Amino acid sequence: MGCGMAQGGVSMEVSLPEDGFIVTKLDEVANWCRKNSLWPMAFATACCGIEVMATGASRHDIARFGAEAFRFSPRQCDLMIVAGRVVMKMLPVLQRIWMQMPEPKWCISMGACASSGGVFDTYAVVQGIDRFLPVDVYIPGCPPRPEQLIQAVLDLQEKVQRTGTYNAREFNKRTQPEGPRPLATELGMAEQMIAPANFRTTTRSWGELPMVNPLANREVGR
Amino acid sequence: MPLKLADAIAAPEVEERDCLWTLNFGPQHPATHTTLRLVLNLDGEVILKATPDIGFLHSGFEKLGEHLDFNQYVTIVDRMNYISPVANEIAWHQTIETLLDIELTPRCKMIRVIFAELMRIHDHLLCCGAAALDLGAFTAFLYAFNQRELINEINEWASGQRFHPSYTRVGGLQRDVDDAWVDRVRSFLGGFIAAHNDVSRLLNRNRIFLDRCRGVGVLTKEEAINRSVTGPVARASGIQRDLRRLRPYLAYEAIDFDVVCAEEGDCLARYLVRMEEMLESYKIVKWAIENLPGGPVNADVEGRMVLPNQLSVYRSIEGLINHFELNMSNRKWKPPVDEVYTATESPNGELGFHVVSDGGPCAWRVRTRPPSFIHFSLFPHLAEGHAVGDVAAILGSLNIIAAELDR
Amino acid sequence: MSETAQTTAEAKLFADPAVEVLASGVERALGVETGSLLRTSFRDNHRLNIEPGRVLQALAHLREAGMDMLIDLSGTDYLGYPEAEHRYGVSYILENTNSGTRIIVRTWADDPTPNLHSVFDIWRGSDWMEREVYDMLGIEFTGHPDLRRILLPDEFAGHPLRKDYPLRGLGERHHFVPLARDES
Repeated sequence: MGCGMAQGGVSMEVSLPEDGFIVTKLDEVANWCRKNSLWPMAFATACCGIEVMATGASRHDIARFGAEAFRFSPRQCDLMIVAGRVVMKMLPVLQRIWMQMPEPKWCISMGACASSGGVFDTYAVVQGIDRFLPVDVYIPGCPPRPEQLIQAVLDLQEKVQRTGTYNAREFNKRTQPEGPRPLATELGMAEQMIAPANFRTTTRSWGELPMVNPLANREVGR
Repeated sequence: MPLKLADAIAAPEVEERDCLWTLNFGPQHPATHTTLRLVLNLDGEVILKATPDIGFLHSGFEKLGEHLDFNQYVTIVDRMNYISPVANEIAWHQTIETLLDIELTPRCKMIRVIFAELMRIHDHLLCCGAAALDLGAFTAFLYAFNQRELINEINEWASGQRFHPSYTRVGGLQRDVDDAWVDRVRSFLGGFIAAHNDVSRLLNRNRIFLDRCRGVGVLTKEEAINRSVTGPVARASGIQRDLRRLRPYLAYEAIDFDVVCAEEGDCLARYLVRMEEMLESYKIVKWAIENLPGGPVNADVEGRMVLPNQLSVYRSIEGLINHFELNMSNRKWKPPVDEVYTATESPNGELGFHVVSDGGPCAWRVRTRPPSFIHFSLFPHLAEGHAVGDVAAILGSLNIIAAELDR
Repeated sequence: MSETAQTTAEAKLFADPAVEVLASGVERALGVETGSLLRTSFRDNHRLNIEPGRVLQALAHLREAGMDMLIDLSGTDYLGYPEAEHRYGVSYILENTNSGTRIIVRTWADDPTPNLHSVFDIWRGSDWMEREVYDMLGIEFTGHPDLRRILLPDEFAGHPLRKDYPLRGLGERHHFVPLARDES
């Protein structure tokens, strides 16, 4: 363990003493272990998913950075890479998967579509998952190159190293939803309150929102 | 009349027995075929009924087609069958060029043929690699992806983007290719056969792979025709139909290649058809790259429908005006007020676009005929009576791309 | 549906003999005189326009006549289209896999209850295609065994491909519960 610690490295004794003791903080050791063995859960929906697969393949090998074990069960992962556009039918599923992941966990929003809706400013695509999920690292690109994804994993590793704690108490301070505030400033009056997403797969219901038929007062459509 | 999903799952034709249970597969699932959901009614391990639930990637592509013009929409079309992007662009611009009655130059046709066949190799490599990965064979996946990286480099050399190149334009291409690109294609071809052999040696006589694929998901010829199946899935069931021969487009009439078919219609047949089709595509690219005609790559038509090249935009007044006319929002094309459907043989099947035009630069309606959508509707028929472990094999062999499935 | 478009070749009969044989066969089956159904051609598409009440019979006849594959079934909303007479148009693109002949059958539907008969029993491939047309445009297909939404959630109200539905939607994509970091 004779540490070639890179930037943001652990402040440990560099040379191993004869009697084999190292003095450091528990947080630092936990961060070092966690950052070097992030197990990604590739929530790959669309084209960025192919770039995630390419990052895991042999040319750009993410296994070099410890993040090789792509487990498809959220219970076994600690890094969720949301790769691809998330549509309104899929968002409750995404939220449920996020809730199923155990702490500590981080989220990378890969690509323009996951970060902001991308090219798809349409009725179906959620304009950025950070409106509904806490995100740690954003990757721009359509799709981002595998090198960008690797850089994002490295950035996340740095973030984990600098701000992590062994019992994940750094997340207790993030009590507000962190994404952009939607709606009132973005939608015109005609677009405002329409059918709320009372889909049966939603993780939680926050009181009973009234179901409003969007076209009830219009002449055409049903 | 509109039913709910729950009613469809609990339909009375499934037997009422004590030991039946329902398994939800997806939309987040370990198979690499992205966001689709299956609700399986099981008796032990045997699937009695499979109900697909799709739409988890429905992004409103067709609605976007009514707001973007013919050159802008190619970026969206790229993102449909995202594992063979240029094939979609070729299909889209073929429809627009048919609508506007533009004849392409021989060089453009040959370059588009090269790209179409490289994309066929790209798609089949991923399909076979991912099918192998879903069945547990990781090494074949890595070999396939290595070749795909080389094709990504070819894309990047031509257009600047390794993935979603948006390379075609109305009447031509984004820009011409140079000798370095030709050398890259040649070097890819030089190493491809060895890589193809690597994958086939791993899988073709692999006892586990054969046992998991042989006899699984059999599709008969009559069923395939009745259910509108096209492409390698249809050819593996005995339908000898390939649009490159039936309605030749681009430069395919002059090219000598074979159409690969099989008879059994099971997963193994589909896999073998795709592997063989890659070799046929290799032959086509090899011939085409040696017989690439010279000349301009953009068609020379009246009426300012084709984007001029960059030098002429900055150095001549005609080029500048042409560019202006095609980019300012109140100008652009004036197509005939009519509708047209054309199709190409994309790697997944018949990819067609039905474009209704109202005379303006944006289409009035764009309808994609999506092969993945039609093939996924086969799934309940193919999976009945098989075990849960066969779901991954069948899904892998059908090559379902979620973005084309849902659009 | 455009009946007087300038660039379509509106001949009494189709120029392509293989397609004309099919069209005449349909007219005989429907009991109308030859040449009475409107035929339009554009580039290499040959379209036969049939009213919705008789289109099922025509399609069944075409199936008997050898058009065994339904290539595509697509619906369009013509609200605001130049010289459109009906609001919705549906095209059935058919192909004979043995000879390669293609023909397009067009029909139409109108508000307030756009309705057509399903061709599920003729071609199984129309299963999901009709569900998608229902989902996107709201045209109901009587006789379809399982007509429910396919691409959008079941609870979604509205038909997005209609021309009066905005591109960015009516707010459905925004109404979800945001999660904060400490509690998720």
